[in-house]
Amino acid sequence: MVKLKKFNFSKWWKKLNVKYSISLSLLLLIVTTILYTVLQANIFRPGTLNRLLTSNFRTWLPVILVTIGQAIVLLGGGLDLSNGSIVSVGNVILALTVVSSNEPGKNILMVLIVLGFGIIAGILNGFFTAYLGLQPVIITFASSYIYGGLALLLLPNPGGAIPRDYTNVYRNTSILGLPISLLFIGVVILIWAFFRSRKYGRFLYAVGGDANAAYTTGVPVTWMKISTYIISGLLASLAAISYSLLTGSGFSGSGAEMALASVTGAVLGGVSMSGGAGSVVGAIFGSIVLGNIRNIISSLRLNSWWRTLVNALVIVISLAGPGLVGLFRRKKIK
Amino acid sequence: MNDIQINNDAQIKKKRRFRLSPPVTALIVSIILFLLSGLLPNGFNTWSTAVNQGLNIVRLASFIAIIGAGQTLVIISGSEGIDLSAGSVVTVGALITYMFIDGNNNLILPILLLVLGMGALVGLINGLGIMYLKISPFVMTLGMAGVVQGALILWTKGYYDGEVAPIMTRIIARDLIWGIPGMIFVWMIIGIAIALLLNRTRFGKQLFAIGVNRRTARLSGVKVTRMVILTYVLAGALAGFSGFLLVGYTQNAGPNLGAQYLFPSIIAVAIGGTQMSGGKGSYFGTIAGAIVIQLITSLLTTMQLPQALQQIIFGSLLLGILVIYGRNKGLRQ
Repeated sequence: MVKLKKFNFSKWWKKLNVKYSISLSLLLLIVTTILYTVLQANIFRPGTLNRLLTSNFRTWLPVILVTIGQAIVLLGGGLDLSNGSIVSVGNVILALTVVSSNEPGKNILMVLIVLGFGIIAGILNGFFTAYLGLQPVIITFASSYIYGGLALLLLPNPGGAIPRDYTNVYRNTSILGLPISLLFIGVVILIWAFFRSRKYGRFLYAVGGDANAAYTTGVPVTWMKISTYIISGLLASLAAISYSLLTGSGFSGSGAEMALASVTGAVLGGVSMSGGAGSVVGAIFGSIVLGNIRNIISSLRLNSWWRTLVNALVIVISLAGPGLVGLFRRKKIK
Repeated sequence: MNDIQINNDAQIKKKRRFRLSPPVTALIVSIILFLLSGLLPNGFNTWSTAVNQGLNIVRLASFIAIIGAGQTLVIISGSEGIDLSAGSVVTVGALITYMFIDGNNNLILPILLLVLGMGALVGLINGLGIMYLKISPFVMTLGMAGVVQGALILWTKGYYDGEVAPIMTRIIARDLIWGIPGMIFVWMIIGIAIALLLNRTRFGKQLFAIGVNRRTARLSGVKVTRMVILTYVLAGALAGFSGFLLVGYTQNAGPNLGAQYLFPSIIAVAIGGTQMSGGKGSYFGTIAGAIVIQLITSLLTTMQLPQALQQIIFGSLLLGILVIYGRNKGLRQ
């Protein structure tokens, strides 16, 4: 006789938590998405859903990409506050050089230069923090000053125009009813899932969890840490490309707010600041939740004086979520 | 056995010979920078202008250093402690002072208490969130910075009007005695108080203990939760107090007054040799760090470089200074 295993929801939930630590961010994602869709008029009319997905994800893609990079750095036990400035530099370079769609060769070269800059910036951050053993908060903040200054040097005043042929592709293309920005996130997740399931992923979590233990078991700790900064820089460059396509112009402060938002998004998604715990998918959820919260507040038509406060309060309460559950559980046992 | 012991001692001594303590290095760097600034075409050329310029830099550094005092305490307390809400608290402290005092000398004391209370309250919420809700200090204080800024917008509704009390201007902004600004005396009192607090009291000893290892501190009888919360409360109150002082100097307040002091205060702590991972550091170091930062900033301003170059040079100098002595122990040792 085969005994049917009884499905135990709380056990399943706990297991999911231990293994992926995304349950809270998933819950937040579902709640905020439902709230957001309820607030939209005529959501069920054909085409509305696609329009909402397109307009939201093309706006969120830069921040989401930066957050993925931040999550990987955090998982390895680091912190990257310079990713926003890397976005600014990439954005400025593209706005200055990609001016016409008649010269595809030059444009591709420029995109490669932007990606190369992201990698070099990542190597620099990694060299100072992992190889020299300096403290990531200060180092990446100092390097963000350098990159931000570089962006300002290249483009003192906002300007530049990216050809419409390019921006339209990014803004309005849908494949199988899904906008390309959303599909791009899917591709990034797939690539990450590939690395996560291999040696790289295991090494990364080992380094973030306990660098000394990882070192003694033969993990190349320094290289692992440097690689996380390189990935973060590369993703920041991709974010710069998508940001440039979104706005069609350049601004030396374009990424300034992304650095702190990426940390908040990653932590909201269950990534631990001390490293070694959390997941990239959770970080993406966290980032989307932040976007949802802002959207909900704007569709509630709140008095504009209230908006900053409500936004911040909701974020703090969401961060407090797992702690609150723990607090009540502990009291029950007593 | 004895030979090994002696050998070990000799090795330790050998290693020590080449090490300067971070605060001393920072001070040497700042003296060199100051002398270099004299070589600039529009730098100082007589003894008295040099003294004046030096005093001015010390006065400007004092605002960074007083916010840095709270930051030092929080960072020493360990577990990635950091206070990112300090900037917003400074702004609110300054605006409360500016708008409520409104040129009335009698209101200074109650308003000062109000500002300290406001800072302490924000610190208390930070501490409660970090210890009871287990939110990491970085995001907790970052979130609170948003909340405080939001509350500020809601309260002022973009309308800032008021005046600083005459006594505050007299003490903080002008020279008090022997041509030394009163602000420097206020800073000296705070500096001595913080140094005593860290080195001579039970609070200080326990703070370093929880910074090194919270579990062992708890097992040796330190009330860790209470200590951490108290540290954040102190940091918040100090941030509020520097807002009060800052508005006495600038005579004017706006919604972004404090933001520019947040990261300099953290960098000052790092340059002063306080370990970001906690458990090791001094307020003397933070003072030296604040002076170095202010010197670099003033130097770049007098050189009249474009903003972009100033940022790049500032960042590079910072990296350079940190590379000199900020290194952690490697994994191999």
